[in-house]
Order: sequence, then structure tokens, then C-alpha cells
Amino acid sequence: MTYMHVGKDFVPPDVEGKVTGKAKYVEDFRREGMVFARLLTSPMPSGRIVSIDASAALRLDGVLGIITADDLPASTPPENPMLARDYVTYVGQPILAVAALSEEIAETALESIKVEFERRDFVVDPLTSLVEGGPDAYPEGNAMVREIPETEDENAEVVGRIRPVKWPAAEIERFRAGKEPMGVSFTDGWEYGEIDTAFAECEVIVEQSFVTAGTPHHCMEPRSSMVYWENGKCYFHASTQSQSSVDEPLAAQLGIDPADLCIINENTGGGFGSKGRNYPTMGVAGNLARLLNRPVQLRITREEEYYIGVGRPGMQGWIKTGLRSDGTVAAVDLIIVSDGGPGGRDSASSSAGHISVLYQPTAMRLRNIPIFTNTAPRGAQRGPGQNEMAAVLSPIMDKAANELGMDRVEFRKVNAPNSDSGIYQAQGPVTSAFMADAIEKGADLFDWEGKRSQPKRRGNKLRGIGVGQGYHGAGGYGYDGLVRILPTGKIQLHSGVGNLGTYSYAATVRAAAEVLQVSWENCEIVHARTDRHLPWSSTQGGSNTIFTHSRANYVAATDALQKLKQIAAAEFGGTEVEYDIADERVFNIADPSKSLSYGECAQKAIAMGGHYSGAEYPEDIHPITQRAVQGVAGTGLIGVAKDNLPRKGTPPGMIVGYVELEIDIDTGKYDILEYIAVADCGTVMHPQGFSQQMNGGGVWGIGMAGFERHVYDPQNGLPANVGIYQSKLPTMMDVPVNMVSAAVDLPDPFNPMGGRGIGEPSQGCAVAAITSALADALDGHLFNRVPVTADMIVNHLAQNGLESQSLKINTF
Amino acid sequence: MNSRLTRRHFIKGVIYSSAVATSGTGYYLANAASNRQPGAVERLISININGRTRRVDVQPQETLAHTLRYRLNLTGTKVSCNRGECGSCTVMIDDTAIYSCSILTQQVKGKQITTVEGLKAADGTLHPVQQAFIEELSPQCGFCTPGQVMSAVALLRANPSPTREQARLGLSGNLCRCGAYDHYLNGVMRAAELIS
Repeated sequence: MTYMHVGKDFVPPDVEGKVTGKAKYVEDFRREGMVFARLLTSPMPSGRIVSIDASAALRLDGVLGIITADDLPASTPPENPMLARDYVTYVGQPILAVAALSEEIAETALESIKVEFERRDFVVDPLTSLVEGGPDAYPEGNAMVREIPETEDENAEVVGRIRPVKWPAAEIERFRAGKEPMGVSFTDGWEYGEIDTAFAECEVIVEQSFVTAGTPHHCMEPRSSMVYWENGKCYFHASTQSQSSVDEPLAAQLGIDPADLCIINENTGGGFGSKGRNYPTMGVAGNLARLLNRPVQLRITREEEYYIGVGRPGMQGWIKTGLRSDGTVAAVDLIIVSDGGPGGRDSASSSAGHISVLYQPTAMRLRNIPIFTNTAPRGAQRGPGQNEMAAVLSPIMDKAANELGMDRVEFRKVNAPNSDSGIYQAQGPVTSAFMADAIEKGADLFDWEGKRSQPKRRGNKLRGIGVGQGYHGAGGYGYDGLVRILPTGKIQLHSGVGNLGTYSYAATVRAAAEVLQVSWENCEIVHARTDRHLPWSSTQGGSNTIFTHSRANYVAATDALQKLKQIAAAEFGGTEVEYDIADERVFNIADPSKSLSYGECAQKAIAMGGHYSGAEYPEDIHPITQRAVQGVAGTGLIGVAKDNLPRKGTPPGMIVGYVELEIDIDTGKYDILEYIAVADCGTVMHPQGFSQQMNGGGVWGIGMAGFERHVYDPQNGLPANVGIYQSKLPTMMDVPVNMVSAAVDLPDPFNPMGGRGIGEPSQGCAVAAITSALADALDGHLFNRVPVTADMIVNHLAQNGLESQSLKINTF
Repeated sequence: MNSRLTRRHFIKGVIYSSAVATSGTGYYLANAASNRQPGAVERLISININGRTRRVDVQPQETLAHTLRYRLNLTGTKVSCNRGECGSCTVMIDDTAIYSCSILTQQVKGKQITTVEGLKAADGTLHPVQQAFIEELSPQCGFCTPGQVMSAVALLRANPSPTREQARLGLSGNLCRCGAYDHYLNGVMRAAELIS
């Protein structure tokens, strides 16, 4: 299909500001009378706050006030509170904030505040808490257990409570030794198919334990806030991935109606899942600004980012997988113990889902338990669950394929999902899938066959090639679109999608420009501030924007198009089906001389009122969109609609990656010589944006494979990485000079523009290809963990017995 | 680790190293010795930024990044780590790319400082690096972009025709969490073409 805009590059309106320095982020905004807040944070991983004495701080010149938990609504553990009230559960947890005329004064004030703590036992490794007699992160226990209330009401709500869950020491040791723990408790899980029957069909069965490290998000822009209140309304400069997703929960943190909250977010310096929702310090800044009746800026330091910036949960797990003689995966049995931090965040279901999608096992079982630890709070991070599972799964599946005598690429093709495949526990449908095509295309581009026959050893280098896959659900349904045609003829495309730099906020409104067949120069994207009347939108995350919002913009523009034709029919007679559009005019098909410009139609829409002008709107649009339409009503022709287009299950974002690398046997360091990734993501709607996400995710995969991890001092529970250099993210020197990306480019039938997202699986396929290549270079050796660091490789090559195999996490 | 203590140690270290390492500070020390009590610091100083001499009240422990952002409102220079790890605050001092969070403003008296705001031509034409970065869609979130731009400009002044490998080395001190490295390198190579 030939498009006017879709599939073509364009210059997003925010790019020039980024290269000239004009682009503004939260901390760049100043306001008359603005004061500065600093946080007093917990110095210990676990304890009780006995008393706080801030009297000396309040006497300092320039100190304007202090906010503590007493000024804020109560919260219930394990919710991460805005400020700690009774207990602290991680190092760096905010306890109070001081506002002063300068940051220096605020810092000085913090030093004069006396907080008395009562220390508690802490835990940084889930298994040390899960074992009988082990410490618990909360006084009430170490896990969230579902409890059915003792009542005869069969509709009574099942509630979760923090309770201790313990495994016998012998079963913990079995688990550490890579064996299935027997007779132990889990708090969650799912299964489908007859797993025992399926294992009985298997020619090869592989059983392994694995560990994936927790990792910080490393957003380059710390999560600062700048807030002021005017005439009862709160104006909030926020570093966030979405206006819509933050709107209502932030209003709740501030105790106000969402209509009285204006979220301002022109640019966000990275989020990667950690800024998808409101976060505690937003509530601190907003409430403090109201208490003081002054604008407040709460700047978050790099070190504080490691405390409060959330991170990916770590996993300790066990997997048993079985292959039939034809290479199809018959069964997968999976146990995951998650390092959930103080909030108990868990991505185990997504991890298992990754397997169910990409290997299509006939039967599968997940048993999991997230354990609270006194480490950093956890949250969604790029491909949560799927990407870390991809990292450890790929070489395990390679081992199974190798034992069967099957080529690793052929094995993945045999099991690749197609448009009729089922996924996850429910074995629900996908919108479309062409993964076998992606695998084949990648193998050709990479010359897999040619590289297979090349020698493994080159001097002091060991060469390996690997293949890996990434998956993430890539879209949602039911959001709203809003398009406005002004009397000037200008087209305003409203978007509540955040701006993280994927440019999908811009790429998706081009779907509306496509429907209306308008030049891009005549379009203006309206976004960044909720008082600019933004529709209900998804967060910019979860790889979902391309699919979700090209649909939403399509339906809004289709509504506008219908109104254009109806207005012309009212002017010239006949019905709307007798009219068409071209060159930003609507005309009678039989008599093109009967035509109106879009601007003339907008003028008539204002005069006609009703749903043409936005005075009336569909009942099914979200309240946020209703407010947006009310704000623009009477200013032009309003196209607004909820995405009620046909649905079919999950739109899958899938990518296959291929890597060739060389390990230096003297240092354990490895260099990636070649990286190629091919996506099954429907139509590529914005080629440069596509390339950015493919390569950017690839860089993330390199970081997960080799560098990034949480490390804690097991003796004192203190984080060892509170700087970039202590949890290194990849630099230019760590990535190949060239990275290659391509796509199958077959349109998804459930998006009118054909696209699906790929922002997250681009990491999973890369890390999986690297771990696959490492195993290949090392004659099939499995580290069964990420990151795989140089010292691990050297220790393995030296066969010195120092290689970690005991499921340790958060330490070396 | 206590960040505030660390910060103080860092500042002390920079003050000490600046006293022995830079001519600007040498001038300042000589000047201070003749006009003020030992240990006193001249606060109202002149610095040349983007071709203009600016008089600015600067504290002795103040970093250039702080002066640029909070005294001169040149917020194009971003502060991400504030301790010399990431390169987001990169500016040019004379023709050299420098982390502005890791140098004291007092050290740069007499130097030509160029920030990302100072790259446009007088007629508003973008610098070739800026133009190339737009054409190659080099930035993603954009927070590291001003630093990447300044490192690229400094690289191309020293080596107008770098290989891709040389460009990679030239920008290796600028971290990008979005992982836009490939597109930044594309931008540098295109800028080299535009300059030639």
C-alpha cells in the first residue's frame, strides 16, 4: 500500500531543540519565588524511625519548611510511601524534605536534623529470607500471601497480606544446586496443558538453574519535579512517560480533582518504564509546594536515582525443558523466586510468557514467589520479565537443540509462532506473527550457514556465534484520539503520549494526517501540557504506542473525515458518500466544482455546533478526553473517537538477533564483531525511529549481557552501586561500530496502518544472542546468569572452581 | 557512602589540582596575592562565553556547569551525574571538549567557552553537527545530546575527516542511556561531509 506519511521519515518537531539546547526538561524551568527542596533519606536498609528532631533546621536562616509523613496521607505496606512514616525498608528511602531559599541551605539544614532509628534485621538476597529462620524485610513477613477472609460471603474479596513464607533449608540447597525444590510454597503461578504427558514425549530434557541481576534504569535525566499552585490549581513540571497515566494518580497523591492538575512535560530524559506512573517524590514536591504556597523544585541527584529510581527485579530460578525428536518444544516447567525489593515487584509471569510465545511449548507450568528484600524499589524496566528470561534461556535452549543434533536457528524456526499461535496461560491469540520469516531473513543477512563452518579459535581469541529472540506485547486497545481542524485550515493533532525520544508521539499522529491526506507542514502536534487538551492516551512504554495510538488517531481522523463530508453535503446537497477529499478540500465526486476547503468546513462546523464543533461528543470517551473536548469546543471541526476497531488478542512485538563475538582468553573480555537484528513488527511506520529503537535496545542488551547489576554489601545491606561507573552502562566503545537492523515488514491486519511496536524486544534479542554466542565460543558452557563478566569467563577458562554457581544474587 | 562528603572531597581535589594545573588559576592566585587577604577569592569575574564577555558572581567552589545553568540561564548544558561520569555537561573550552561539572568556573577565566547555545551562526544557520544530527535523527530522549554535539564539534575541529572508529573514540566519553550511539556516529560522519 502506498502511503503519504506512513513508512516515511520526517523531522519530529522536538529534534531541533535537542541539538540546540532549547529543549527544556524539568530542571530547566524556573518560577518567580521558587524554592529548593532536598531529601533526608534512610542511611540503613531496615529500621524503625523512633524520633525526628528538626528544630535546629527550622531555625536556620533561609529554611522555609519541612514536610514529613505526618503531612501526607497514610499508606499501607508494601506500597512505596511518599515519605517513610514508621519503618524504613531500603537505603535512600526519603524520610522528609526540607525547603529552603537555596539547595546549599537545604543541605545544611539536613545535616542538623536528628533522626533516631532502631535497627532491624535486613535481607538483600531472597533465598536468605526464604530459608527457615531467615530475616524478613517487613516485620510482618517476606511475601505477599493471598488470604481468603473467614466469612460466609462467597463474593468476599481475596486480599493480599504480608506474611512469612519459608522453605526448609534442604530444599533451598536443592534449589541452589539446580534441582527442583520439593514440597515448598509459592504465591503465584499458572499452567496449561498436561505437563507430565508432554515430558513423556521428549527425546531430550534439559534442567538448569539460573540467576538474573536486578538492574538500575540509569535515566540520564534524574526524576526531578518543579511544582507551583495558582488559583487552586496545581501546575506540575514532571519527568514522566505519559500525561494520561500520571494524571489521576498524581491528583490522588495531592488530594485534588484531576481537572485541577496541569501536568507539563515537554521532554523526558529517559524513563524505560521507571517513569510510567507517578512516583513518590512527585507527591512530596507537590504537597510541599502547597504547604509553603511557593513554587518548589525537588532536584534528584544521580546518587538518589539509584535509591529511588526503581530497578528491574532480579530472578533466581530453575527450568526444565523438553524437546521432541522433531525439535518441537513439548514442555517447560519453570520456578522463579523474584528479588522484589521492598515493593515485591515481580515479572515472573512475563518471563514465562516469553517462553510460551517464542517456543510454543505444548504444556507449560510456572510456579513463582516474589520475596521482599531491603534493596532498591523495583518497577517495570524495558521488556520486564521477557528480556531477562531471554538472556538466560537462549543458551539453555541451545543446549537442548545441540543435544538433539539440531541447528540452533532451525530449532527456533521450527518453534516460531505464527498468526494462529496461542500465547501465555490462556493460549490467547495474536493479531499476526511472521517470526519464522524474521529468523530466516536474519540468518541470510548474517550468513549463519557460512559462519557456522568457520574455526572457533583464532590465536588467543575464542569466536562464537549466537542467535536470540525478544518478545513483548506491543499494543493495546480502547484509547481515544482527538483531531482539530481550525478555520485557518491548520490541522491540530492532539496527543497525550509522553515524549521519551522514541518519537512515536509524532509518528502515530501521522496516521491522522494520512487519513485526512494533509501535508505534514500543515499539521501541528499538540502535546506536552494537559491544559492543551490532550486525549486519554497510553503511557509511552510497553512498546505499545505505535499500535495503540495509530489506531486511536485513525479513528479520530476518520470521525473528522466523516464530518467534513457531512458538512459538504449539508452545503451542496446529497449525502456524505457522494463526497471525497483531495488537496485539503472536500468535494462532490460527480461535480468537483462543489468543494470546500478544510478551513471553510471548520468555520461551518463552529456555526453548526453539536458534535461538529465539539459541543457534543461520544459518550464512550474517557473523562480525560471529555475535558479535552470541552476545552476545544467551538474552535473548529472536532474529530474525536474511542478506538472501537476490531480486536484480536495480543499484538506481538518480536525480534531475532544474531551476534558474532570474540573472547580474549587472557582477559575474559569479549568484543562483539557483528550484530544484526530483524523485527517482526508489521509495517515500519517511521524508519529512523525504528532503527533507533532496534539499535538502542541492542545497546541495552549488551549492557544486560556484560555489565549491569545491583550489588549490595551482604554484611551491612548497603548498595555498592550508586554511580554510573559502579553499574556500568555501555559506552560507544562497548558496542559494534555498525549495528544492522531490518524488518519482515508485513502489515498487521489489526492496525489500519499495519504497525506494531518493537522498543522492548530489541533488548531481549540482543542479550539472548550474546549469551548464545558466549556459550558457543566456550564449547557449550552455561553460565546461567547475567551479567556474564570478564572475571567469570577467566575463572571458567582457568577451571579454578571460582565460578559462581550457587544462585547468589546482589553480590559477587 | 555519603554523597555530601564525597562532593566536598571532590571540590577540594579540584581546587588543589587547579592551583597547579591551569594558567587561569595561576593568574587568579597572583592577583589574589597582591589585592586580597590570603585565601580570599574574587567572586565577580569576567568569563567569555559564546563570544561574549559576561560578568558573573561566582563562588570559589562553583563548577562551570553550575554557573552556566543557574547564573547565566544557559540550560542547554545538562547535568546528569554531576561527577564526571556521563558527559552530558560537555562544553568546549577553547577547542577542547571538557566536562563542565568537573571544572571550576574560577579556572576558566581568560578562556573561550562554547556551549551548545553558541554553535549557531549569526544568521541562525545551524552548525553542521546540529544539522547532521537532525538529518540522522541522532537524539532520542535528548538529555545527553548537547554533550554529544559539543564532543562532535570538538572532534571535527581537531580532525575534520574522522573514520567511524575515530568518531567512536571521540564521543566515547558521552554516555547515552537510550543507546543512540549508532545514530550519533551517523550524525558525526554526515557532519564531516557537510563540513568538507
